Amino acid sequence: MVGLVVVSHSAKAAEGICEVAAQMATDANIEPAGGEGDGGLGTSVDRISAAIDAADDGDGVVLLVDLGSAVMNAELAVETSDADVRIADAPVLEAAVNAAVEATSKKATLDSVVAAAEEARDYRKLN
Amino acid sequence: MADTDVQVEALHAALANVADRLAAEKTYLTELDSAIGDADHGANMNRGFQTVLEKTEGMDGEPAEIVKAVGMAIVSEVGGAAGPLYGGSILTASQELDEGITAETSVAFAEAYLEKLQDRGGAQIGQKTMVDAVTPAVHTYKKSIEEDDLPPLEALAKTVDAAERGVNFTVPIRATKGRASYLGWRSVGHRDPGATSTLIILEELLETATEYLDGEEALDRDATSPTVPDDGDDAEEA
Repeated sequence: MVGLVVVSHSAKAAEGICEVAAQMATDANIEPAGGEGDGGLGTSVDRISAAIDAADDGDGVVLLVDLGSAVMNAELAVETSDADVRIADAPVLEAAVNAAVEATSKKATLDSVVAAAEEARDYRKLN
Repeated sequence: MADTDVQVEALHAALANVADRLAAEKTYLTELDSAIGDADHGANMNRGFQTVLEKTEGMDGEPAEIVKAVGMAIVSEVGGAAGPLYGGSILTASQELDEGITAETSVAFAEAYLEKLQDRGGAQIGQKTMVDAVTPAVHTYKKSIEEDDLPPLEALAKTVDAAERGVNFTVPIRATKGRASYLGWRSVGHRDPGATSTLIILEELLETATEYLDGEEALDRDATSPTVPDDGDDAEEA
């Protein structure tokens, strides 16, 4: 199954987003990578790399990211990872829910999970 | 400075100088960052370079390997965008030092550093980021070495001046990239923290280079005129 990693500046946010996504897709393989090494706000390459390793079972991993340095540290983790890892360009929570639902479908591929995550870019909250 | 042992010794001295200076400027950098960012740049850079010292202590291999270890330590320890921007760029550019540290390889290092920085951060000149200091610094260094044929120490002094002008350039402009851009016009009037830490690091590289290259320049200098780093120190205190 395609794995998912939620990268946020806040450890609580990353865990919370995983929680929300897992509620919609109980079997999803989704790992939080939030906060800095010392527990403060921020993102950590080492933490993201460890989460990628935990989420990867050979079918690839999609990263859902929040702001600025989350994106850059995610890119660094992708560059140094042996796994097939992609970063979704989408709002982190909505994308995580979408990607988790898609990842648990039998026909899911790395491409389809990224596409599902990026569909969240176009969602409107008010009509 | 062809001798690898001397290069490695100078490199360790440079890292120690940078780490000391960042420790001393920790509060200042964090004050700058509290005005337009998330108030952690000083603490992050200090912690990062203390880790750099721990990880590189006693390393006596090739200069490129030591510089690579510097990048790794920063990537792992420095939070915020500074970690991937500084660390990732150093990591990539370290490959240019495979032949050791010379005028030529240091230009290649500087260019590779700038290229990776722009590629990763996506910032252009004028957006109130470290790119505003790094770009003029790298262009000045390259021109000084390759076109004007200046001795490395003189080239580095001009580079520091260029970086300082770049830092000053960040004060009146509005941030359109990075965390400060969320503040819009409220970012005007503040010095960019990343540009400032870039200048601090370059000043310490110049300081170290002066210790190691002084003999090479002695013939070209008037013994009674003030030395370049003294000028730098005066400017900084002013």
